Amino acid sequence: MKLSALKLTKHTLLLIAGAVAFIAAFVWLLATSGPLAPVGVETATATRADLSPAVYGIGTVEAQNDYSVGPIQAGRVLRVLVDQGEPVKAGQLLAEIDPVDLRQRAEAASSSAARARQAAQAAQAQVTEADSRARLAQTNSERYQALYRQKFVAKEMADSRRHEASAATAALAAARANATGALREIGRAEAELRGIDQLRQSLQLVSPIDGVVTAREAEPGATVVAGQAVLRLVDPARLWVRARVDQARAQGVQVGQAADIVLRSVPGASLPGKVVRIDLQSDAVTEERIINVAFDPAPAQLYLGELAEVTIRLPGLRDVLTVPRAALAQFGGQTGVWQIESGRARFRPVEPGMQTAEQVQIVSGLQAGDPLIVYSAKQLDDGVRVREKQLTQR
Amino acid sequence: MINLARRDIVHHLKSYLLTGLGLGLLIGVTLTMAGVYRGMVDDAKVLLHAVDADVWVVQQNTLGPFAEPSSVPDDLYRSLLGLEGVAQTGNVAYLTMQVVHQGKSQRVMVAGFEPGKPGGPAFLVAGRPIARAHYEAVADAKTGFAVGDVVRIRRNDYTVVGLTRRMVSSGGDPMLFIPLKDAQEAQFLKDNDAIIEDRKRLEANPAVNRPGQPGVLEAVQAIQTSSHKVNAVLLRLAPGVDAHAVAGTIARWQRYTAYTRDDMEDILVAKLIATAAKQIGLFLAILAVVSAAIVAFIIYTMTLGKIKEIAVLKLIGSRDRTIAAMIMQEALGLGVIGFFVGKFAATLWAPAFPKYVLLETGDAVRAFVLTLVVCALASLLAIRAALKIDPAEAIGG
Repeated sequence: MKLSALKLTKHTLLLIAGAVAFIAAFVWLLATSGPLAPVGVETATATRADLSPAVYGIGTVEAQNDYSVGPIQAGRVLRVLVDQGEPVKAGQLLAEIDPVDLRQRAEAASSSAARARQAAQAAQAQVTEADSRARLAQTNSERYQALYRQKFVAKEMADSRRHEASAATAALAAARANATGALREIGRAEAELRGIDQLRQSLQLVSPIDGVVTAREAEPGATVVAGQAVLRLVDPARLWVRARVDQARAQGVQVGQAADIVLRSVPGASLPGKVVRIDLQSDAVTEERIINVAFDPAPAQLYLGELAEVTIRLPGLRDVLTVPRAALAQFGGQTGVWQIESGRARFRPVEPGMQTAEQVQIVSGLQAGDPLIVYSAKQLDDGVRVREKQLTQR
Repeated sequence: MINLARRDIVHHLKSYLLTGLGLGLLIGVTLTMAGVYRGMVDDAKVLLHAVDADVWVVQQNTLGPFAEPSSVPDDLYRSLLGLEGVAQTGNVAYLTMQVVHQGKSQRVMVAGFEPGKPGGPAFLVAGRPIARAHYEAVADAKTGFAVGDVVRIRRNDYTVVGLTRRMVSSGGDPMLFIPLKDAQEAQFLKDNDAIIEDRKRLEANPAVNRPGQPGVLEAVQAIQTSSHKVNAVLLRLAPGVDAHAVAGTIARWQRYTAYTRDDMEDILVAKLIATAAKQIGLFLAILAVVSAAIVAFIIYTMTLGKIKEIAVLKLIGSRDRTIAAMIMQEALGLGVIGFFVGKFAATLWAPAFPKYVLLETGDAVRAFVLTLVVCALASLLAIRAALKIDPAEAIGG
């Protein structure tokens, strides 16, 4: 037995060596990539750092005020004098609505005013005549009264003269009223003329501001209704980005904060901006707050309606305990971080505070220098075996 | 008493080991096939596990966002959040599409979710979570994207800020997580030409572009281009709340279909991948039977190859039990070697597969037991043949 064992030493050694090598390789393979392998993780430590959070939103370049210039009553466009892109001055004639019969109506009103003036003159002449008659009748009446008292005439004649005098006075009052009415008629006719004139002026569409034409929406010959825009104007010096920011992240945004604006046409460069207005009315459907960010200073050329990304810088915190945001995890309904405890993953609830893109503040639950798991190759569970390992090439 | 089997094996070491190796590779293929099957089922479940939602609320009478199209209003969550026992809600939108990265087209499942709510990636292997409300993405590492890469979805460029692993759709496509609003836009946004054509069509329609009614056309156009739909709303419940009860309430009063996690798993595994899984399952069964048969034949022929030696053994008066033990031990030895070689090979090449191959320890144990049983059964056949051998053959040749 011993002899035969010795004889076979070489074979046996080979066999044992082979078996050992195979088992070693097998165990190594199972331990590194099989189901029994510990989960590879990358770690970091909690450190004190300064946080400068930012709020991000997207919006469009818009004018603060959009002026729609149109007629106040329905009409046909007669002329449009300016085109899109043209600069205009305040008060400049931009377009005209066809007055149709307005000129004729003005002429009619004008002649009726003239006629009223003549009627007034006639009424005035009638007043003069009535006045003269009244005075004569009065004198006659007084004379007959005197004659009656001296018994030269009959009482009947004196009464008759007195009646003539009071009738003439009444006629004078009527003539005076007539004259006043004629004067009023002049006022009415002239007011009508002025009204028609103003109507004619309103058909002349003039620019309310110094600005630029952004749209020409009707051409000569088109019929427009009251209030419909013929031209649209904006003030190019008053453009801003109307940005929409998720309500959940809009906390802390205030008027006056600095912002970076990146236009879709220039993705590489950011333009300085400033929060100038936060709309009280948020968008309830999209759950976004509307924040208006003005360019500061305004660039030379902007295009309305262009998409822009806005990053508003919020006041930060100095020297607070932070961990990488990727380290923050949810487990069992709690927020916390994973730590390695004698080769196993343990969940530790923490209270997170302010967040930036990369970091999150830890209000409580960790100390500076505490190691924690940032990345893991699998979803972690309490108690799974973990091992530090580089997970991706960088 | 000397061990006949050991002596015989040492005598034919090379051929014995090679036979074991061959058997091992065959067992490895079978194990891999089982892994492919398990991986397929796991792919279907992985998203469910990562999302960790207790209830999925989808369009009425549909099978959820994966098996059937589903669309629900994105403000539905408000009324769901008011239900007793609902702790968290999350809107999600899923769409499978090709994204272009460095000139190469890559098939991904885009998942839109609201950061901080259910529906996002559960863990990262690099980078950071999505921080901005738009144009950032977290990709599965299998997409081949790296942190900082820019990918184009529809008309917008997205920056990959983080990488995750094992986040695949039930079809095995790697996932790309983006903010919900972007996903909604990507899902319903038409290409520019189509939008312009639609505008022209609307302009030509006298019903919406009637003279004297300015503004109607713009309003109709605005309605057409905006979307406030999501594919599903995910609910997480407060501890101790019965998911079936909540799902029942939603189905009865909110008039939407709600699935618990188990229902959803059933839809994904039993309905979505049913045919493919059956296909692979049947193939696995055939492969297992064929492998067992081959193992049996090899052991049988190996024994028959030793007829002369066995006859000699019989001639010198070896007992039947000794011979039977030798054959049995050799067979079981082959099985053990074969199994370990197979397990080794399968573990080695599993990560190279394009789709996930899940080698379960339970499967390995079952395969080990099965191998030993098959080897034992095959050796019984061989033993029966060996015991019938006439000792005279040793001399007859």
